[in-house]
Amino acid sequence: MNQLPLWVEAAVAALLVLSGLFVVISAFGFLRLPDFFLRMHPPALAYTFGSWCVTLASILYFSMIESQLVLHPWLIIITLSITVPVTTLLLARVALFRRRAAGAADTPPPLTLRRDS
Amino acid sequence: MTFLGKLVPAPLLSAALFALWLALARSTSVGQVVLGLGLALAVPLLTSALRLTNVRVRRPLVVVRFILRVGYDVLLSNFEVAWDVVRWRWRRPRSKFVIVPLDLRDPLGLAALSMVTTVVPGTVWSELALDRRALLLHVWNVGDEGAFVARFKARYEEPLREIFE
Repeated sequence: MNQLPLWVEAAVAALLVLSGLFVVISAFGFLRLPDFFLRMHPPALAYTFGSWCVTLASILYFSMIESQLVLHPWLIIITLSITVPVTTLLLARVALFRRRAAGAADTPPPLTLRRDS
Repeated sequence: MTFLGKLVPAPLLSAALFALWLALARSTSVGQVVLGLGLALAVPLLTSALRLTNVRVRRPLVVVRFILRVGYDVLLSNFEVAWDVVRWRWRRPRSKFVIVPLDLRDPLGLAALSMVTTVVPGTVWSELALDRRALLLHVWNVGDEGAFVARFKARYEEPLREIFE
């Protein structure tokens, strides 16, 4: 196996550590925030910036190892941003439905009732 | 409808599937090209009942600019939310539900808008009015609600209307 230049290894390592940092913050926020809708925000850190850094690191590493441009890891970013909204939207709608059914005070009423605003 | 139009009802989808297949296979050998062509022809025909409208994407330059802008916003919002989570014990963000009146009606444009709001960590798409006239967002940190709504509409809704309507 050929030796990689130092700056490539440093950049790959920095990207991986950065990604890990964001995933840890994301998990911490998910664990500690007090409210369901607040908790919907931190996981986005993991599936955007966290996965972007890993993807960039793998593009850089394998492009240098194989000495040709490796671009297919981009598909991770693309497919993640297409599929994640499906589950997120479902979770948000279910949470709203349950809160309204329970009569929670801090939940806005259904939008369709305010048709002529 | 021409014969070619029947054979390839969704040219963009077919092209995307073909490119996806070759990128995943990481080869352009004859076998993979034939497989990719088969997929690109068969999948759009099999899923035609799932597509409500034909995709017409106008203004490709606006599309590219829009993707870059969303990427930039995602980055900024990532750092903002991460920083707010870290200092949660000392300072709370002003999170609340915001109602955004919508002018965008196209279902594909709305789907794209929902992708944008979920990918940006600071916003969560919560509910769309049945008549598609308003959108309920949960926002991580809003100071001025009116300014947020105006910025959201100018930054995301306007380009999507240009692209899809």
